[in-house]
Amino acid sequence: MTLLEVAELRAGYGPVQVLHGVDFSVNEGEVVVILGANGSGKTTTLRALSGILPARGTVRFEGRSIGGQRPEKTAQGGIAHVPQGRGTLTDLTVEENLRLGAYCRRDSRVDRDVGYWYEVFPRLGDRRTQPGGSMSGGEQQMLAIARAMMSNPKLLLLDEPSLGLAPIITQELFRVLSKLNASDGLSMLVVEQNAGLALGIATRGYVLESGSIAVSGSAAELAADDDVRKAYLGI
Amino acid sequence: MDQFLQHLMNGIEAGVIYASLALALVLIFKTTGILNFAQGEMALVSTYFTWKLAEWGLPVWVAILVSVGVSFVGGALIERVVIRPVEQSSPLVIVIVTIGLFLALNSLAQVIFGTDAHLMPRAYPNESWDLLGVNVEADTLVLIAVLAVECVVLWYLLQRTKVGLALRGVASNPESSRLVGVPVGSMLMFGWGLAAALGALAGSLVVPTTAGLTAGSMQSILVFAFAAAALGGFDSPLGAVVGGLIVGVAQSLTTAYVDWLNDIEIIVPFGLILVVLLIKPAGLFGKVRVERV
Repeated sequence: MTLLEVAELRAGYGPVQVLHGVDFSVNEGEVVVILGANGSGKTTTLRALSGILPARGTVRFEGRSIGGQRPEKTAQGGIAHVPQGRGTLTDLTVEENLRLGAYCRRDSRVDRDVGYWYEVFPRLGDRRTQPGGSMSGGEQQMLAIARAMMSNPKLLLLDEPSLGLAPIITQELFRVLSKLNASDGLSMLVVEQNAGLALGIATRGYVLESGSIAVSGSAAELAADDDVRKAYLGI
Repeated sequence: MDQFLQHLMNGIEAGVIYASLALALVLIFKTTGILNFAQGEMALVSTYFTWKLAEWGLPVWVAILVSVGVSFVGGALIERVVIRPVEQSSPLVIVIVTIGLFLALNSLAQVIFGTDAHLMPRAYPNESWDLLGVNVEADTLVLIAVLAVECVVLWYLLQRTKVGLALRGVASNPESSRLVGVPVGSMLMFGWGLAAALGALAGSLVVPTTAGLTAGSMQSILVFAFAAAALGGFDSPLGAVVGGLIVGVAQSLTTAYVDWLNDIEIIVPFGLILVVLLIKPAGLFGKVRVERV
Protein backbone atom coordinates (compact mmCIF):
# COMPACT_ATOMS: atom_id res chain seq x y z
CA MET A 1 0.00 0.00 0.00
CA THR A 2 1.23 3.46 -0.80
CA LEU A 3 2.28 5.36 2.30
CA LEU A 4 3.63 8.54 0.76
CA GLU A 5 2.76 9.82 -2.66
CA VAL A 6 4.42 12.88 -4.13
CA ALA A 7 3.47 14.43 -7.45
CA GLU A 8 4.65 17.56 -9.23
CA LEU A 9 6.48 18.80 -6.15
CA ARG A 10 7.94 22.26 -6.70
CA ALA A 11 9.94 24.18 -4.15
CA GLY A 12 12.86 26.53 -3.80
CA TYR A 13 14.47 29.31 -1.88
CA GLY A 14 13.06 32.76 -2.61
CA PRO A 15 13.21 33.39 -6.35
CA VAL A 16 15.39 30.32 -6.97
CA GLN A 17 13.33 27.29 -7.85
CA VAL A 18 15.14 24.05 -7.02
CA LEU A 19 12.52 21.37 -7.58
CA HIS A 20 10.78 21.45 -10.95
CA GLY A 21 8.05 18.89 -10.43
CA VAL A 22 9.27 15.81 -8.58
CA ASP A 23 7.23 12.58 -8.54
CA PHE A 24 7.88 9.57 -6.36
CA SER A 25 6.25 7.32 -3.80
CA VAL A 26 7.09 5.24 -0.75
CA ASN A 27 5.12 2.07 -0.03
CA GLU A 28 4.56 0.70 3.43
CA GLY A 29 7.58 -1.21 4.68
CA GLU A 30 9.87 0.08 1.93
CA VAL A 31 13.22 1.78 2.12
CA VAL A 32 13.38 4.25 -0.75
CA VAL A 33 16.61 6.04 -1.57
CA ILE A 34 17.00 9.27 -3.50
CA LEU A 35 20.41 9.62 -5.13
CA GLY A 36 21.75 12.73 -6.75
CA ALA A 37 24.69 15.04 -7.07
CA ASN A 38 25.26 18.09 -4.89
CA GLY A 39 22.64 20.71 -5.60
CA SER A 40 20.26 18.35 -7.37
CA GLY A 41 17.54 19.05 -4.80
CA LYS A 42 17.70 16.06 -2.42
CA THR A 43 17.65 18.06 0.79
CA THR A 44 15.12 20.48 -0.65
CA THR A 45 12.81 17.53 -1.38
CA LEU A 46 12.88 16.37 2.24
CA ARG A 47 12.48 19.91 3.60
CA ALA A 48 9.51 20.49 1.32
CA LEU A 49 7.95 17.20 2.47
CA SER A 50 8.16 17.98 6.17
CA GLY A 51 6.90 21.52 5.64
CA ILE A 52 10.03 23.50 6.56
CA LEU A 53 10.02 24.90 3.03
CA PRO A 54 6.89 26.13 1.33
CA ALA A 55 6.08 23.90 -1.64
CA ARG A 56 3.53 23.43 -4.39
CA GLY A 57 2.30 20.12 -5.74
CA THR A 58 0.62 17.09 -4.24
CA VAL A 59 1.88 15.34 -1.13
CA ARG A 60 -0.34 12.60 0.23
CA PHE A 61 0.49 10.64 3.37
CA GLU A 62 -1.73 7.66 4.25
CA GLY A 63 -4.15 8.97 1.67
CA ARG A 64 -4.50 12.42 3.24
CA SER A 65 -3.09 15.56 1.66
CA ILE A 66 -0.33 17.04 3.80
CA GLY A 67 1.03 19.56 1.30
CA GLY A 68 1.68 23.00 2.77
CA GLN A 69 1.24 21.69 6.30
CA ARG A 70 3.40 23.16 9.07
CA PRO A 71 6.34 20.98 10.18
CA GLU A 72 4.97 20.41 13.67
CA LYS A 73 1.75 19.03 12.14
CA THR A 74 3.71 16.76 9.82
CA ALA A 75 5.65 15.43 12.80
CA GLN A 76 2.45 14.88 14.76
CA GLY A 77 1.08 13.00 11.76
CA GLY A 78 3.84 10.38 11.94
CA ILE A 79 6.66 11.62 9.72
CA ALA A 80 10.01 12.01 11.49
CA HIS A 81 12.73 13.99 9.73
CA VAL A 82 16.41 13.53 10.59
CA PRO A 83 17.81 16.74 9.13
CA GLN A 84 21.12 17.17 7.38
CA GLY A 85 23.76 18.14 9.92
CA ARG A 86 21.93 16.09 12.57
CA GLY A 87 19.95 18.95 14.13
CA THR A 88 21.26 18.26 17.63
CA LEU A 89 19.70 20.36 20.39
CA THR A 90 23.17 21.22 21.58
CA ASP A 91 22.29 22.75 24.98
CA LEU A 92 20.04 19.88 25.99
CA THR A 93 21.44 16.68 27.44
CA VAL A 94 21.37 13.47 25.42
CA GLU A 95 18.44 12.21 27.47
CA GLU A 96 16.55 15.50 27.05
CA ASN A 97 17.11 15.28 23.29
CA LEU A 98 15.44 11.86 23.32
CA ARG A 99 12.57 12.97 25.55
CA LEU A 100 11.90 15.98 23.35
CA GLY A 101 11.64 13.52 20.45
CA ALA A 102 8.62 12.04 22.23
CA TYR A 103 6.95 15.46 22.52
CA CYS A 104 3.86 14.44 20.56
CA ARG A 105 3.29 11.22 22.44
CA ARG A 106 0.70 10.94 25.16
CA ASP A 107 1.40 7.36 26.21
CA SER A 108 3.36 6.22 29.25
CA ARG A 109 6.01 4.13 27.53
CA VAL A 110 8.46 6.98 26.90
CA ASP A 111 10.83 5.87 29.71
CA ARG A 112 10.92 2.35 28.35
CA ASP A 113 11.72 3.62 24.85
CA VAL A 114 14.52 5.87 26.11
CA GLY A 115 16.02 2.75 27.67
CA TYR A 116 15.52 0.84 24.42
CA TRP A 117 17.54 3.40 22.43
CA TYR A 118 20.31 3.30 25.01
CA GLU A 119 20.50 -0.43 24.26
CA VAL A 120 20.59 0.11 20.51
CA PHE A 121 23.22 2.86 20.81
CA PRO A 122 25.11 2.13 24.08
CA ARG A 123 27.25 5.23 23.58
CA LEU A 124 24.18 7.43 24.02
CA GLY A 125 23.50 5.69 27.33
CA ASP A 126 27.04 6.36 28.50
CA ARG A 127 26.62 10.05 27.74
CA ARG A 128 23.00 10.55 28.79
CA THR A 129 23.72 13.53 31.05
CA GLN A 130 26.13 15.26 28.66
CA PRO A 131 25.04 18.16 26.46
CA GLY A 132 24.14 16.84 23.00
CA GLY A 133 26.54 19.29 21.39
CA SER A 134 29.54 17.85 23.21
CA MET A 135 29.36 14.53 21.38
CA SER A 136 31.20 13.43 18.26
CA GLY A 137 29.57 13.60 14.83
CA GLY A 138 28.79 9.88 14.79
CA GLU A 139 27.24 9.98 18.24
CA GLN A 140 25.15 13.00 17.25
CA GLN A 141 23.91 11.13 14.18
CA MET A 142 22.89 8.21 16.40
CA LEU A 143 21.18 10.71 18.69
CA ALA A 144 19.35 12.28 15.73
CA ILE A 145 18.02 8.90 14.59
CA ALA A 146 17.05 7.86 18.12
CA ARG A 147 15.37 11.24 18.71
CA ALA A 148 13.35 10.88 15.51
CA MET A 149 12.41 7.31 16.41
CA MET A 150 11.19 8.41 19.86
CA SER A 151 8.12 9.85 18.14
CA ASN A 152 7.11 6.35 16.94
CA PRO A 153 6.98 7.47 13.31
CA LYS A 154 5.38 5.64 10.41
CA LEU A 155 7.88 7.14 8.00
CA LEU A 156 11.46 8.15 8.68
CA LEU A 157 13.09 10.80 6.46
CA LEU A 158 16.89 10.65 6.58
CA ASP A 159 19.00 13.41 5.07
CA GLU A 160 22.58 12.28 4.35
CA PRO A 161 23.06 10.19 7.49
CA SER A 162 26.64 9.32 6.44
CA LEU A 163 27.79 12.92 5.96
CA GLY A 164 31.12 13.57 7.65
CA LEU A 165 31.26 10.22 9.44
CA ALA A 166 34.03 7.63 9.50
CA PRO A 167 33.21 4.63 7.27
CA ILE A 168 33.02 2.22 10.21
CA ILE A 169 30.46 4.44 12.00
CA THR A 170 28.46 4.81 8.79
CA GLN A 171 28.32 1.04 8.38
CA GLU A 172 27.10 0.64 11.96
CA LEU A 173 24.37 3.23 11.38
CA PHE A 174 23.18 1.56 8.19
CA ARG A 175 23.12 -1.79 9.95
CA VAL A 176 20.78 -0.31 12.58
CA LEU A 177 18.62 1.32 9.89
CA SER A 178 18.39 -1.93 7.96
CA LYS A 179 17.37 -3.75 11.13
CA LEU A 180 14.69 -1.15 11.91
CA ASN A 181 13.20 -1.77 8.50
CA ALA A 182 13.49 -5.55 8.59
CA SER A 183 12.26 -6.21 12.13
CA ASP A 184 9.85 -3.31 12.73
CA GLY A 185 8.72 -2.77 9.15
CA LEU A 186 9.56 0.93 9.39
CA SER A 187 9.29 2.78 6.09
CA MET A 188 12.15 5.10 5.20
CA LEU A 189 13.02 7.71 2.64
CA VAL A 190 16.79 8.13 2.54
CA VAL A 191 18.70 10.84 0.76
CA GLU A 192 22.31 9.81 0.44
CA GLN A 193 25.57 10.52 -1.36
CA ASN A 194 26.99 7.15 -0.41
CA ALA A 195 25.01 5.31 -3.10
CA GLY A 196 26.58 1.92 -2.47
CA LEU A 197 25.55 1.78 1.18
CA ALA A 198 22.14 3.30 0.57
CA LEU A 199 21.23 0.95 -2.29
CA GLY A 200 22.38 -1.90 -0.04
CA ILE A 201 19.47 -1.37 2.33
CA ALA A 202 16.96 0.07 -0.17
CA THR A 203 13.99 -1.54 -1.87
CA ARG A 204 13.70 1.05 -4.61
CA GLY A 205 15.47 4.20 -5.62
CA TYR A 206 15.24 7.39 -7.63
CA VAL A 207 17.94 9.54 -9.18
CA LEU A 208 17.33 13.26 -8.88
CA GLU A 209 18.95 15.49 -11.50
CA SER A 210 18.58 19.28 -11.49
CA GLY A 211 15.33 19.18 -9.61
CA SER A 212 13.48 16.37 -11.32
CA ILE A 213 13.54 12.58 -11.32
CA ALA A 214 15.82 11.25 -14.06
CA VAL A 215 15.90 7.53 -13.33
CA SER A 216 13.85 5.24 -11.12
CA GLY A 217 13.81 1.54 -10.41
CA SER A 218 14.43 -1.18 -7.89
CA ALA A 219 17.61 -0.99 -5.87
CA ALA A 220 19.09 -3.86 -7.85
CA GLU A 221 18.23 -2.21 -11.18
CA LEU A 222 19.82 1.06 -10.11
CA ALA A 223 22.93 -0.68 -8.81
CA ALA A 224 23.26 -2.39 -12.21
CA ASP A 225 22.54 0.72 -14.27
CA ASP A 226 25.67 1.90 -16.11
CA ASP A 227 24.93 5.62 -15.77
CA VAL A 228 24.17 5.29 -12.07
CA ARG A 229 27.29 3.21 -11.53
CA LYS A 230 29.48 5.78 -13.25
CA ALA A 231 27.92 8.83 -11.63
CA TYR A 232 27.25 7.65 -8.07
CA LEU A 233 29.08 4.41 -7.42
CA GLY A 234 32.36 5.38 -9.00
CA ILE A 235 32.75 2.08 -10.79
CA MET B 1 30.09 46.93 62.56
CA ASP B 2 26.42 47.92 62.80
CA GLN B 3 27.10 50.45 60.09
CA PHE B 4 28.62 47.80 57.89
CA LEU B 5 25.68 45.41 58.40
CA GLN B 6 23.26 48.19 57.57
CA HIS B 7 25.09 48.98 54.35
CA LEU B 8 25.10 45.29 53.55
CA MET B 9 21.34 45.16 54.16
CA ASN B 10 20.79 48.17 51.91
CA GLY B 11 22.80 46.42 49.24
CA ILE B 12 20.70 43.27 49.53
CA GLU B 13 17.58 45.42 49.30
CA ALA B 14 18.77 46.94 46.04
CA GLY B 15 20.05 43.56 44.88
CA VAL B 16 16.71 41.75 45.13
CA ILE B 17 15.16 44.56 43.09
CA TYR B 18 17.72 44.08 40.30
CA ALA B 19 17.39 40.32 40.59
CA SER B 20 13.63 40.34 40.18
CA LEU B 21 13.86 42.03 36.79
CA ALA B 22 17.02 40.11 35.82
CA LEU B 23 15.02 36.91 36.27
CA ALA B 24 12.61 38.05 33.56
CA LEU B 25 15.53 38.88 31.25
CA VAL B 26 17.04 35.45 31.84
CA LEU B 27 13.72 33.74 31.21
CA ILE B 28 13.31 35.35 27.78
CA PHE B 29 16.91 34.65 26.90
CA LYS B 30 16.71 31.05 28.06
CA THR B 31 13.50 30.33 26.18
CA THR B 32 13.92 32.43 23.03
CA GLY B 33 17.60 33.36 22.82
CA ILE B 34 16.73 37.06 22.69
CA LEU B 35 18.11 39.86 24.88
CA ASN B 36 15.02 41.91 25.54
CA PHE B 37 15.92 45.55 26.01
CA ALA B 38 12.24 46.39 26.34
CA GLN B 39 11.83 44.20 29.43
CA GLY B 40 11.95 47.16 31.80
CA GLU B 41 9.43 49.20 29.84
CA MET B 42 7.09 46.21 29.53
CA ALA B 43 7.25 46.03 33.32
CA LEU B 44 6.68 49.79 33.47
CA VAL B 45 3.43 49.58 31.49
CA SER B 46 2.34 46.64 33.66
CA THR B 47 3.12 48.62 36.79
CA TYR B 48 1.08 51.60 35.56
CA PHE B 49 -1.73 49.14 34.92
CA THR B 50 -1.48 47.83 38.50
CA TRP B 51 -1.47 51.41 39.78
CA LYS B 52 -4.56 52.32 37.71
CA LEU B 53 -6.46 49.25 38.90
CA ALA B 54 -5.59 50.08 42.51
CA GLU B 55 -6.67 53.67 41.94
CA TRP B 56 -10.01 52.40 40.64
CA GLY B 57 -10.45 50.79 44.02
CA LEU B 58 -9.23 47.23 43.61
CA PRO B 59 -7.31 45.86 46.60
CA VAL B 60 -3.62 46.20 45.72
CA TRP B 61 -2.81 42.50 45.72
CA VAL B 62 -5.81 41.81 43.47
CA ALA B 63 -4.62 44.60 41.17
CA ILE B 64 -1.18 42.98 41.04
CA LEU B 65 -2.62 39.54 40.22
CA VAL B 66 -4.84 40.98 37.47
CA SER B 67 -1.92 42.95 36.08
CA VAL B 68 0.29 39.85 36.07
CA GLY B 69 -2.37 37.93 34.16
CA VAL B 70 -2.98 40.72 31.64
CA SER B 71 0.77 41.17 31.21
CA PHE B 72 1.15 37.48 30.36
CA VAL B 73 -1.30 37.95 27.50
CA GLY B 74 0.32 41.25 26.54
CA GLY B 75 3.79 39.71 26.45
CA ALA B 76 2.56 36.84 24.29
CA LEU B 77 0.92 39.34 21.91
CA ILE B 78 4.12 41.41 21.69
CA GLU B 79 5.98 38.25 20.65
CA ARG B 80 3.37 37.40 18.04
CA VAL B 81 2.97 40.88 16.57
CA VAL B 82 6.32 42.62 17.02
CA ILE B 83 8.98 39.93 17.38
CA ARG B 84 7.67 37.13 15.13
CA PRO B 85 8.11 39.05 11.85
CA VAL B 86 11.83 39.50 12.59
CA GLU B 87 12.34 36.16 14.32
CA GLN B 88 14.46 34.80 11.46
CA SER B 89 16.58 37.93 11.21
CA SER B 90 20.05 38.46 12.63
CA PRO B 91 20.42 39.03 16.39
CA LEU B 92 21.31 42.65 15.67
CA VAL B 93 17.94 43.26 13.98
CA ILE B 94 16.11 41.70 16.91
CA VAL B 95 18.07 43.79 19.41
CA ILE B 96 17.16 46.94 17.48
CA VAL B 97 13.51 45.92 17.43
CA THR B 98 13.50 45.46 21.21
CA ILE B 99 15.13 48.87 21.61
CA GLY B 100 12.40 50.32 19.39
CA LEU B 101 9.85 48.58 21.57
CA PHE B 102 11.56 50.12 24.61
CA LEU B 103 11.06 53.65 23.21
CA ALA B 104 7.52 52.94 22.00
CA LEU B 105 6.33 51.51 25.32
CA ASN B 106 7.96 54.32 27.29
CA SER B 107 6.31 56.99 25.15
CA LEU B 108 3.02 55.12 25.28
CA ALA B 109 3.16 55.12 29.08
CA GLN B 110 3.78 58.87 29.11
CA VAL B 111 0.94 59.57 26.68
CA ILE B 112 -1.57 57.47 28.59
CA PHE B 113 -0.53 58.06 32.18
CA GLY B 114 1.12 61.48 32.00
CA THR B 115 4.54 62.59 33.16
CA ASP B 116 3.72 63.30 36.82
CA ALA B 117 4.98 60.95 39.48
CA HIS B 118 2.28 58.78 41.04
CA LEU B 119 2.42 57.30 44.50
CA MET B 120 2.35 53.55 44.11
CA PRO B 121 0.59 51.70 46.94
CA ARG B 122 2.01 48.62 48.69
CA ALA B 123 0.12 45.36 48.98
CA TYR B 124 1.31 44.94 52.59
CA PRO B 125 1.95 47.23 55.59
CA ASN B 126 5.15 49.24 55.29
CA GLU B 127 6.89 48.04 58.40
CA SER B 128 10.48 47.69 59.39
CA TRP B 129 12.15 45.81 62.19
CA ASP B 130 15.31 46.18 64.14
CA LEU B 131 17.35 43.02 63.81
CA LEU B 132 20.66 43.12 65.75
CA GLY B 133 20.90 46.83 65.13
CA VAL B 134 20.11 46.50 61.43
CA ASN B 135 16.98 48.02 59.99
CA VAL B 136 15.12 45.38 57.94
CA GLU B 137 12.26 46.58 55.73
CA ALA B 138 9.14 44.56 54.98
CA ASP B 139 9.83 45.43 51.31
CA THR B 140 13.06 43.47 51.35
CA LEU B 141 11.50 40.43 52.99
CA VAL B 142 8.57 40.40 50.57
CA LEU B 143 10.87 40.72 47.55
CA ILE B 144 13.15 37.96 48.84
CA ALA B 145 10.18 35.66 49.43
CA VAL B 146 8.72 36.38 45.99
CA LEU B 147 12.11 35.86 44.33
CA ALA B 148 12.59 32.57 46.12
CA VAL B 149 9.18 31.32 45.02
CA GLU B 150 9.80 32.50 41.43
CA CYS B 151 13.13 30.68 41.33
CA VAL B 152 11.66 27.40 42.53
CA VAL B 153 8.66 27.62 40.19
CA LEU B 154 10.86 28.54 37.21
CA TRP B 155 13.33 25.77 37.96
CA TYR B 156 10.53 23.25 38.22
CA LEU B 157 8.86 24.49 35.04
CA LEU B 158 12.04 24.48 32.95
CA GLN B 159 13.73 21.36 34.28
CA ARG B 160 10.89 19.08 35.28
CA THR B 161 7.99 19.61 32.89
CA LYS B 162 7.40 18.74 29.27
CA VAL B 163 6.54 22.35 28.43
CA GLY B 164 9.81 23.45 30.01
CA LEU B 165 11.74 20.93 27.96
CA ALA B 166 10.03 22.19 24.82
CA LEU B 167 10.79 25.82 25.77
CA ARG B 168 14.47 25.01 26.17
CA GLY B 169 14.43 22.94 23.00
CA VAL B 170 13.05 25.86 21.02
CA ALA B 171 15.79 28.13 22.39
CA SER B 172 18.47 25.59 21.55
CA ASN B 173 17.33 24.59 18.06
CA PRO B 174 13.95 25.83 16.78
CA GLU B 175 14.04 23.79 13.57
CA SER B 176 14.78 20.48 15.27
CA SER B 177 12.11 21.22 17.86
CA ARG B 178 9.62 21.85 15.08
CA LEU B 179 10.60 18.58 13.42
CA VAL B 180 9.65 16.59 16.53
CA GLY B 181 6.28 18.36 16.68
CA VAL B 182 6.86 21.26 19.10
CA PRO B 183 4.63 24.21 18.15
CA VAL B 184 7.49 26.71 18.18
CA GLY B 185 5.34 29.82 17.78
CA SER B 186 3.20 28.99 20.80
CA MET B 187 6.30 28.25 22.86
CA LEU B 188 7.86 31.62 22.02
CA MET B 189 4.61 33.37 22.93
CA PHE B 190 4.51 31.43 26.19
CA GLY B 191 8.11 32.42 27.03
CA TRP B 192 7.45 36.11 26.38
CA GLY B 193 4.18 35.94 28.29
CA LEU B 194 5.92 34.42 31.31
CA ALA B 195 8.69 37.02 31.23
CA ALA B 196 6.15 39.84 30.97
CA ALA B 197 4.25 38.37 33.93
CA LEU B 198 7.45 38.19 35.99
CA GLY B 199 8.23 41.79 35.00
CA ALA B 200 4.76 42.91 36.05
CA LEU B 201 5.20 41.31 39.45
CA ALA B 202 8.67 42.82 39.82
CA GLY B 203 7.55 46.31 38.81
CA SER B 204 4.44 46.28 40.97
CA LEU B 205 6.43 45.27 44.03
CA VAL B 206 9.54 47.35 43.38
CA VAL B 207 8.09 50.73 42.44
CA PRO B 208 6.32 51.24 45.81
CA THR B 209 9.79 51.18 47.41
CA THR B 210 10.92 54.11 45.24
CA ALA B 211 10.01 57.79 45.24
CA GLY B 212 7.09 57.29 42.86
CA LEU B 213 5.93 55.86 39.57
CA THR B 214 7.20 57.79 36.55
CA ALA B 215 8.06 56.85 33.00
CA GLY B 216 11.68 56.59 34.10
CA SER B 217 11.01 54.25 37.00
CA MET B 218 12.34 51.08 35.43
CA GLN B 219 15.26 52.45 33.46
CA SER B 220 17.99 52.51 36.06
CA ILE B 221 16.68 49.21 37.42
CA LEU B 222 16.90 47.66 33.94
CA VAL B 223 20.51 48.75 33.55
CA PHE B 224 21.46 47.06 36.80
CA ALA B 225 19.26 44.06 36.00
CA PHE B 226 21.23 43.62 32.76
CA ALA B 227 24.40 43.93 34.79
CA ALA B 228 23.12 41.26 37.18
CA ALA B 229 22.17 38.89 34.37
CA ALA B 230 25.50 39.37 32.59
CA LEU B 231 27.35 38.76 35.83
CA GLY B 232 25.39 35.64 36.78
CA GLY B 233 25.07 34.25 33.25
CA PHE B 234 22.19 35.00 30.91
CA ASP B 235 20.97 31.41 30.89
CA SER B 236 20.89 30.88 34.64
CA PRO B 237 17.96 31.96 36.86
CA LEU B 238 20.12 31.32 39.93
CA GLY B 239 22.85 33.43 38.34
CA ALA B 240 20.39 36.31 37.90
CA VAL B 241 19.61 36.29 41.61
CA VAL B 242 23.21 35.97 42.78
CA GLY B 243 24.30 38.53 40.18
CA GLY B 244 21.63 40.95 41.40
CA LEU B 245 22.76 40.59 44.99
CA ILE B 246 26.42 41.05 44.09
CA VAL B 247 25.68 44.19 42.08
CA GLY B 248 23.47 45.63 44.84
CA VAL B 249 25.91 44.92 47.64
CA ALA B 250 28.95 46.10 45.68
CA GLN B 251 27.15 49.32 44.87
CA SER B 252 26.06 49.93 48.46
CA LEU B 253 29.39 49.11 50.10
CA THR B 254 31.62 51.03 47.75
CA THR B 255 29.52 54.18 47.85
CA ALA B 256 29.45 53.95 51.64
CA TYR B 257 33.19 53.52 52.09
CA VAL B 258 34.82 55.11 49.07
CA ASP B 259 34.01 58.83 49.02
CA TRP B 260 35.12 59.73 45.55
CA LEU B 261 32.86 57.00 44.04
CA ASN B 262 29.68 58.68 45.26
CA ASP B 263 28.94 60.51 42.05
CA ILE B 264 29.94 57.67 39.76
CA GLU B 265 28.61 54.69 41.70
CA ILE B 266 27.51 53.08 38.46
CA ILE B 267 31.16 52.37 37.75
CA VAL B 268 31.32 49.75 40.51
CA PRO B 269 28.99 47.05 39.20
CA PHE B 270 30.27 47.54 35.68
CA GLY B 271 33.88 47.30 36.75
CA LEU B 272 32.96 44.08 38.52
CA ILE B 273 31.24 42.70 35.43
CA LEU B 274 34.23 43.54 33.29
CA VAL B 275 36.49 41.55 35.57
CA VAL B 276 34.13 38.56 35.84
CA LEU B 277 33.46 38.41 32.11
CA LEU B 278 37.15 38.63 31.32
CA ILE B 279 37.77 35.59 33.49
CA LYS B 280 34.50 33.73 32.86
CA PRO B 281 32.77 34.95 29.68
CA ALA B 282 29.59 32.92 30.23
CA GLY B 283 29.01 34.59 33.62
CA LEU B 284 29.36 33.07 37.07
CA PHE B 285 26.65 30.43 36.58
CA GLY B 286 26.31 30.47 32.81
CA LYS B 287 26.75 27.29 30.83
CA VAL B 288 29.70 27.34 28.49
CA ARG B 289 28.46 26.27 25.08
CA VAL B 290 30.31 23.38 23.62
CA GLU B 291 29.52 22.27 20.13
CA ARG B 292 31.23 19.66 18.05
CA VAL B 293 30.44 18.94 14.46
